[in-house]
Amino acid sequence: MRTRTFLAFVTPSLLMMVVFIALPLISVSWQSVHTTQAVFRQVTVESCSPGFLRQVCKKEARAEPVVDEQGRPMTETSFVGWESYRQLLQPAAVMDALTQGWAGISHLLSLDFYRALRFTLTFTLLTLPFVVGIGLALALMVDNTVRSLRGAVIFFSLLPYIITPVIGALSIRWLFIGDGILTAALSAIFGHKIYMFAQGWTIELLMLFYRVWHVAPFAFVVFYAGLQTVDQDTLESAVVDGASRFERLRYVVLPHLAPLIVFVSLIHVMDAYRVFEEIIGFSSQAHRISLQWLTFHYLAPDESGNRAISRASASAMLTILGVALLLTPLLMRTWRDHRRGR
Amino acid sequence: MTRARSLDQPLALRLVSGAGLALWVLIAAFPLFWIAAMSFKLPLDAFSSSPLQVILGPATRQAAGGASPVAIAVAVLALVLAWWAARRLRHLTARLGWPAAAAVAVAATLLLVVVAAPLLVRGLEAALGAIPALRVLSEPVLGMTMRNYRGVWIDRAFYRQFLNSMFVTAGVVTVSLTVGTLAGYGLARTRTNLAFWLLIAALIFRAMPHSVLVAGYLPAFINSREILAPLWQNALTGPFLRLFSAEAPTLYGQPVAVIAVLVAINQPFTIWMLRSFFANIPAELDEAARVDGCSHFEAFRRVIIPVMWPGVITTGLFSFLLAYNDYLVTALLLDAQSLTMVPTISQFLNSENTATDQLVAIAAAVSITAPLFLLVLVFQRHIVGGLTQGAVKG
Repeated sequence: MRTRTFLAFVTPSLLMMVVFIALPLISVSWQSVHTTQAVFRQVTVESCSPGFLRQVCKKEARAEPVVDEQGRPMTETSFVGWESYRQLLQPAAVMDALTQGWAGISHLLSLDFYRALRFTLTFTLLTLPFVVGIGLALALMVDNTVRSLRGAVIFFSLLPYIITPVIGALSIRWLFIGDGILTAALSAIFGHKIYMFAQGWTIELLMLFYRVWHVAPFAFVVFYAGLQTVDQDTLESAVVDGASRFERLRYVVLPHLAPLIVFVSLIHVMDAYRVFEEIIGFSSQAHRISLQWLTFHYLAPDESGNRAISRASASAMLTILGVALLLTPLLMRTWRDHRRGR
Repeated sequence: MTRARSLDQPLALRLVSGAGLALWVLIAAFPLFWIAAMSFKLPLDAFSSSPLQVILGPATRQAAGGASPVAIAVAVLALVLAWWAARRLRHLTARLGWPAAAAVAVAATLLLVVVAAPLLVRGLEAALGAIPALRVLSEPVLGMTMRNYRGVWIDRAFYRQFLNSMFVTAGVVTVSLTVGTLAGYGLARTRTNLAFWLLIAALIFRAMPHSVLVAGYLPAFINSREILAPLWQNALTGPFLRLFSAEAPTLYGQPVAVIAVLVAINQPFTIWMLRSFFANIPAELDEAARVDGCSHFEAFRRVIIPVMWPGVITTGLFSFLLAYNDYLVTALLLDAQSLTMVPTISQFLNSENTATDQLVAIAAAVSITAPLFLLVLVFQRHIVGGLTQGAVKG
């Protein structure tokens, strides 16, 4: 296919991605070093009230928004450099944490950005082994069962994967919140009242559970497809060589699945790093927040209807930094493969 | 494919793996089953700490009636029938083609749910009620009420959000597939460096958190009237653009703008997936058409389009899921009038002070999940195919 024909096929898609992905990224980086504020001017107003003998007059300096000819408040955009980043990152608190040890660190983790970073990272790293492990176990178990049951098992397994994330999180929240059925069961087992939504770590536990419940089916389906292509001859020769069941799994099946395990881990890390819906579904913002939620929170209008665009952009840029760190090894490998392939 | 006898498994291992699977199926389905059970009950039953009361709903039965054993039997029968029919929908589509098969399926479902099943239940209940020994079978045992659903769909006018959701998802699926199919085909048939870099760029774009992109759109969308005004006044583009609206629009709150955004967000995934589908269609097919004197576009239209449907349906399913399930983009870029179903639920939650409000939110959640349930029922094969496609082909 000639380059011109290729471009003709690709242009609409390319245009969409440039306008709605590349340009916003550029504008976010610009916004993160600028702020837009309403213009105010100082006006001195003299207000008088009747009094005995003479009026009581007060002169008062007030800030008043400047309006343009159509009566809308005027805004002014100015370059602020790293100010928004500084507000987010609080370098002073970081220095404190480095010098004051434990107290400094716990203060650091109470700041929004570091709180979000801490949660996002532990969330990603803690769910990963469970997703891969449970996915693998399910694939092996389904491969063991009779053929006629497999379709039904896959059907039920797909439900947690396909469900709207916010709704999935809510459905688990409703099992545990207040006197939810599972909280009642837990209370009965442990013999004292349990409140799952009263402290941060239990909510975090539920969020981890939800994510594993939601993603394990994906890992399972991918691994299960991989299991269907394991070379039966190799397995049989392993049996002839006297390999035990575990050894066959360890030395034949797992190496065959290795590329798929890498693939699932990559996709999972990319997605878990963007954790967001759990915060909404479990309403955990008082206890646990994530990086993407932080940007969302700055973008949503506050009580007075203002959106902290500049700070949201700064937090978005810092989130991208994390994505870049995650992607670099993958991209370097792809590039090497590509060069070798030519 | 038969396995060697020596690979057969000891009984203990088979039992353990069977039990493990049963446990998983329970865990996978339980939360959804439970909220579905709660959504049909009055608060007294729904929030009871005894599981049996939540399922059977005695208080609901006393206050609002329920389903008799006959009705339950008919419902189970209808479900089994639907399951069986959904699994055989493929044969129907093979014989009738897509639009006709879909129409038949919808008509059959409506007929079954709205006309046949209720009539059958009424008739059987009346007949059994006349026989004293069998009267038990026609009296309600399972408390059930539609009050929560009435609260959502009628009192809170949830159908508006439903229509908004349908508009956004339909738009996203159509545009996304049109644009993505062309690009996927182009990418599958070239081996240039340009194609490689495009795919890499798409991979990077796929990893971008959506909040980052929305942070880029939001100020531009809110001020789009001023930003776009020059285009509307321009002598070259103005007359064409004025066909759509008299002056530059404010994009914030416009479903069309959200469709564009979601299509773009979805594009990287779509082109990767469609590219691997097109790569599986032998290039000889369109080369033969080219030899016969077709241009690339003609070859695409006459030869590729007829054989590409399985891949397009699978990709379309995932585009549908992205648009239907989205919370972040729709919550930030739409206003109260054009809001879709998923972000609306979080507003129900904010007002979730009484048990009734909470049940209304639960009924809304079940309403949002029901179409997805049907989707898995009908398209399970495609979804599994789509999930493994990217992984196995690379």
